[in-house]
Amino acid sequence: MYPSRFGYESPKTVEEAVAILDAHGGEAKVLAGGQSLVPMLKLRFAAPEMLVDINSIEGLRYHRVDADGTIRIGALCRHEDLEEDDAVAKAVPTIAAAAPLVADPIVRTRGTFVGSVCHADPQGDWAAAMTALGGHIVAQGPKGKRDIPMKDFVIGPFQNTLAFNEIAVEAVIPAPKGVRVGNYLKLERRVGDFATASVAVALDMVGDTVANAGIALAGVGGRTINANDAASGLIGKKLTAENISSVAAAVAAAAEPRTDHRGSADYKRQIVKTFVERILTGLANSSQKAA
Amino acid sequence: MALDEIKIGGLGASRRRVEDNRFIRGKGNYVDDIVLSGMLHMEILRSPVAHARIKSIDVSKAYDIPGVRLVLTGEMMAARNLAWMPTLSYDTQAVLATDKVRFQGQEVAAVIADDPYIAKDACQAIVVEYEQLPVIVNPFQAMESGSEVIRDDKENQPGNKVFDWEIGDKAATDKAFAEADVISKMELHYPRSHPSPMETCGSIADFNRATGKLTVYMTSQAPHIVRAAVAMVAELPEHMIRIVSPDLGGGFGNKVPIYPGYVISILASILTERPVKWIEDKTGNLISTGFGRDVYLQGEMALRKDGKMLGMRMRTISDHGAFYADAQPSKFKIGLMHSTFACYDIPAAHLESVGYYTNKAPGGVAYRCSFRVTEAMFFQERMVHAAANDLGMDQAEFRRMNLVKDDMFPYRTAFGFLTDSGQYGKCLDIGMKAIGYDTYKAEQEEARKRGKLLGIGISTMTEPLGAGNSREYDILGIKMFDSAELRVHMSGKAILRTGAMNQGQGHQTTWAQIVAHELGIPADDVTVEEGDTDTAPFGMGTYASRSTPVAGAAVAMVARKIRAKARKIAAHLLEVSEEDIEWELGRFYVRSNKERGVTIQDCALAAYSNMPDGMEPGLENNAYYDPPNLTWPFAAYFVKVEVDAETGVWDVLKVVAVDDCGVRINPMVVEGQIMGGLTEAYAMASMQYQTYDDEGNCIGSNYMDYLLPTAWETPGFELHEVVTPCPHHPIGAKGVGECATVAGPAAFVNAVVDALGHLGVRNIDMPMMPNRVYEALTTGKDISGMPPVKMGD
Ligand SMILES: Cc1cc2nc3c(=O)[nH]c(=O)nc-3n(C[C@H](O)[C@H](O)[C@H](O)COP(=O)(O)OP(=O)(O)OC[C@H]3O[C@@H](n4cnc5c(N)ncnc54)[C@H](O)[C@@H]3O)c2cc1C
Repeated sequence: MYPSRFGYESPKTVEEAVAILDAHGGEAKVLAGGQSLVPMLKLRFAAPEMLVDINSIEGLRYHRVDADGTIRIGALCRHEDLEEDDAVAKAVPTIAAAAPLVADPIVRTRGTFVGSVCHADPQGDWAAAMTALGGHIVAQGPKGKRDIPMKDFVIGPFQNTLAFNEIAVEAVIPAPKGVRVGNYLKLERRVGDFATASVAVALDMVGDTVANAGIALAGVGGRTINANDAASGLIGKKLTAENISSVAAAVAAAAEPRTDHRGSADYKRQIVKTFVERILTGLANSSQKAA
Repeated sequence: MALDEIKIGGLGASRRRVEDNRFIRGKGNYVDDIVLSGMLHMEILRSPVAHARIKSIDVSKAYDIPGVRLVLTGEMMAARNLAWMPTLSYDTQAVLATDKVRFQGQEVAAVIADDPYIAKDACQAIVVEYEQLPVIVNPFQAMESGSEVIRDDKENQPGNKVFDWEIGDKAATDKAFAEADVISKMELHYPRSHPSPMETCGSIADFNRATGKLTVYMTSQAPHIVRAAVAMVAELPEHMIRIVSPDLGGGFGNKVPIYPGYVISILASILTERPVKWIEDKTGNLISTGFGRDVYLQGEMALRKDGKMLGMRMRTISDHGAFYADAQPSKFKIGLMHSTFACYDIPAAHLESVGYYTNKAPGGVAYRCSFRVTEAMFFQERMVHAAANDLGMDQAEFRRMNLVKDDMFPYRTAFGFLTDSGQYGKCLDIGMKAIGYDTYKAEQEEARKRGKLLGIGISTMTEPLGAGNSREYDILGIKMFDSAELRVHMSGKAILRTGAMNQGQGHQTTWAQIVAHELGIPADDVTVEEGDTDTAPFGMGTYASRSTPVAGAAVAMVARKIRAKARKIAAHLLEVSEEDIEWELGRFYVRSNKERGVTIQDCALAAYSNMPDGMEPGLENNAYYDPPNLTWPFAAYFVKVEVDAETGVWDVLKVVAVDDCGVRINPMVVEGQIMGGLTEAYAMASMQYQTYDDEGNCIGSNYMDYLLPTAWETPGFELHEVVTPCPHHPIGAKGVGECATVAGPAAFVNAVVDALGHLGVRNIDMPMMPNRVYEALTTGKDISGMPPVKMGD
């Protein structure tokens, strides 16, 4: 498959990259892992004038847990970096659970966490995880940096709120208020498939009480579904069977699935409900065990 | 002393595949690897809509792009009488559309340019004006009276019907039903799928005006048939056409038909006098080239109370797409569909088949099967499963009771096939033991109490492989024999060429093993070549598991001719008469004195240096083999699953495969074929299908939407073997490449349906996507007859 003609630049600094984006006034695109952009170029769904490859910029491939518990993921951190890291697994179980379910092992060696969030695929896994975790994106443009909370970042299918001359340089997940637990379940038809439905859950626990709750969904709407309002029903409560089932019902109601060849809207809602129940019940059981 | 056959890589040696060395090092030579000097590149513009009248095509903007050499349209093809071409089923197919487009993805124009990027840019610059017509996406719409006639290009075309056909004894079958205690019914759809080899189709046409010779490098499973067809269509003399199939990146039946792209590239080369390369992209391959299946099957079985099968009635309604381009060489309109139930002793049977045109891609290729055998056997085993349940009989016992017994061969089936050998009961026993059938019922009961849904599915079948004898099988009138040519060099090394065409089956490895078996020449000393019509003997190519039954037999026969000549030379060298000579592997010796002998290599040298008086020098020959019958392998597959009642997701716990394909030339290659086939069976059962929305848009035009399983989710397979040699094949081998794709899917479906059996579910159409399974288990209803893709809501 043969893309349209395009220019290519490989700047060494974020500032240079931003300047090139700025100069092309919306006709340039950032190339990170290329795992979404290159297929679109090949199919000619995208035909940018210029590709700004950020892979030569040093210092963007990192992920770390700060002393205060804040997690920072650089723009060139690959999916596999997160999959293989114990510190991340401990600090954000939701991400640890999702990492092996994103795409397939080959794609995970190239694709980036931040690129995936930027791509804003309604079926993308990382935008859902970031939304449940209440994270934000650090954007850098000609005038410097700004923070964009996830709830304001993804606004539609394949649409984010970056300006044409901004680059997402970092994804940030705030420190938990207590002990962070969570999980990610995804119904896929085979490895490398996007979600028919998936559920990201992130809870901060103080003892056996929920101090903060985030839930987001992928595959069941025209964009990443932010179900944090439904999840907030758990705050201040314990993970009892009753609380779990009422939140599961509320989350399922927040989904906006469509009937297609992956299943009916009702079926997808049923999957969401089942997954929320399974995740929360699993978390309740393991916190019981820990106690 | 006779050689150790396993050591020289003879029959039964699990010799490593010779071809893998170059494949895994990236040293294969595929069509796209070939670069000729001055070569141009071709891209095809395809129709975005499924049914429309072409109002106009404006190519002027395409010519504005620098590097564009030629733009071809249907009108230009028509001027050369090439707008339409014959199909392998005696229909016609548009090469480039003139009047109408009849399926999404149909070829509308072609651009020939300096590089493929330019060609693609130019395709986008062509402006086509379409006037949309009503779209027909299934045979039920096609048969409605007053529906749009898709093939209005044909004279005397009755509506959208392609054919109407029947076989069997209707009166005897009606009688069996009248006498039945129980009548069991089954209705299902075998969905459309695409064989989807990793390598797409492509060609490089190179017409040399000075010599008048046309060379075409192309992705064909049957290069000689292509040569014959090109001779017909392009009206070039046969000796001026050379078709070369280099390494093929898979075929699975997809590379049997002749596609418009090949024909267009040939004309483009003739017009530009330059080599023209066309390499189809993945989407083009998935949406326009030969699909498999897409048949609605319906039937009923007449049964006696005690479980004896008395008769079988079947109806099929098949969807052939816009052109009847089934790649099948039998006299029977729906291929070998009537081989169904061949492993069961059923006195009477009748089959009616109707085919329809729709606004979908043409094809109907034998996707890893013998011409509709997959649909036939799938229906058979789904029907048998339902019948056993209706009788309240155990699945295994019901089969055992009705399977043809070892002492009944040769057995004439109700539809007229002659099965000739097998040990069906023994295969069943081995499989039952391996899957743990004894304890299973109790296990299933116990699991249900814990809310777990366990199921076991069985599928047993024999299928006709190795088309075919010349009485019943031909392609465009050419009989379906096959051939081999063997040249033994003076050092005793050899080159073998056959009319088959390897595409992953391992011919380079296994053919040499047959030569080793027959002549005692080590397999490593035998080069195998196929695919070049200027050098290979005429043959019908590789598909339908026919290579070993037909070309493999020819290999044995030509080796025997060589041995017969070598025997004369041996007698001359040993100075005895031929009658006093004995043969053991690799060596002739004097009967009265075993010590006195000469090796086959000695004879080879003598054939060039010291032949007996009056004998022609050299040691080479060829053989054309017309098989007396098809070969009849048997398979018994067992699958155990667990279904998640809250999501409909099912997991495979165990797969047991018992295969009897007669004598195994290379057991490792056979096992590879079975595992590959089981993977495709799992694929069909779980995810792989081609479907269309109401507008005829193909859902499945790339690998994110058309799902093939990976090593990740494919279950493990436990393989067992039984050997009943084929009575008529020279080395006792039967076909095997397709047994698992054919018999496998029903084992998976039977397992899932068994898991839900207590809920009243009799059928879930493939692919058993979790949502379908969930719907079945929550409603207790069958999921039958593929609904068009539902969208919106
Ligand atoms: C076979 C396959 C299967 C897949 N399956 C899944 C799956 O199951 N789940 C899933 O979530 N994803 C899946 N993906 C997508 C994959 O996760 C991609 O890696 C991801 O969506 C994009 O990341 P990338 O680094 O490759 O971005 P790219 O492809 O390089 O870019 C994607 C888009 O984001 C923009 N962009 C990238 N980085 C930045 C940045 N730093 N600042 C501003 N804009 C930026 C680009 O301009 C482009 O528009 C799959 C991909 C493939 C090829």
